[in-house]
Amino acid sequence: MNAVAIPPFERFYEDHRDEIYAYLRKLAGRDVADDAFQETFLRALRAYPRLEHGRHLRAWAYRIATRVAIDERRRRMPAARLPELPADDSRPAYAELDHLTGDLPATERAAVVLRYGYDLNYADIASALGSSEEAARQAASSGVRRLRRRMT
Amino acid sequence: MTVPEKIDVAFRDRAASESLLDVAYDLTDSPIGPLLVAATERGLCEIAFDPDPEEEVERLARLHGVRVLRSPRPVDEARRELDEYFEGRRQDFDLPVDLEALPAFQRSVLVELQRVPYGQVDTYGSLAARIGKPKAARAVGGALNRNPVPIVVPCHRIVGSTGNLTGYAGGLERKQLLLSLEGGVLV
Repeated sequence: MNAVAIPPFERFYEDHRDEIYAYLRKLAGRDVADDAFQETFLRALRAYPRLEHGRHLRAWAYRIATRVAIDERRRRMPAARLPELPADDSRPAYAELDHLTGDLPATERAAVVLRYGYDLNYADIASALGSSEEAARQAASSGVRRLRRRMT
Repeated sequence: MTVPEKIDVAFRDRAASESLLDVAYDLTDSPIGPLLVAATERGLCEIAFDPDPEEEVERLARLHGVRVLRSPRPVDEARRELDEYFEGRRQDFDLPVDLEALPAFQRSVLVELQRVPYGQVDTYGSLAARIGKPKAARAVGGALNRNPVPIVVPCHRIVGSTGNLTGYAGGLERKQLLLSLEGGVLV
């Protein structure tokens, strides 16, 4: 297998900062996103010297962002209260998922947004969620089932 | 959607203040053209003329570690001292330089070179003699040619035995400019 070189952090950051910021905005809302963005890339920076190769860095960035967003929301949210929907002025296609997915359990929400908003495949979603591919598929499909039940 | 500048700047600042970087760098203007200035925690490790940032970032990562990030604060002091130097208000740099990534011979040449005072010139042969290798004038030239921190480590003050400028990695025009800024006498 060819080793894929790890790019200098500046390149990794420039390649992914905008999409990770957009993802965090969708996933967690603006207030959380601003802090979560910094925390995501600080965590990436801390872990960066331990990377063994430069493959799947995009999915790796999503995985860290997902965890940070979930942690941040848990930290900020009183138990059992559902999140406010993030208000956003620029609404790309995937933003339409916001009002639908806002109160799904965090993992299901992330899986649905990554699959249908960002078009990631299940291997990458699994990597982003730190789970198996099968678990990622299940999270997305149970999220979709939950949404469907709600709409009928 | 792009990251708001404020958030981007805050991240770059924090990465440096939490000591998470192998190298911080920034770009700056100078009378001899744009410069890329880079520092490790130990000190200034690179000044590049006419930089191609992408290429420089790759090089810095190879030499010092992959955590290279553009982050202005750690190189603020270097920028300030360079500004003062170009305005003729500074003769010696107080900045520490980090030469640790260099081969021992080159490091010894550059350390000795730092003793050549502002406004004076010396020769390759004399520098070679001073590091105890009187026959290594040519190798000294090679070491100077790859000096990662020109200006601050003053390779522009080294000339040929007949007083001709000989060469400069940043171009002879820059060497001439730096020497005339310092008011050095060219024999």
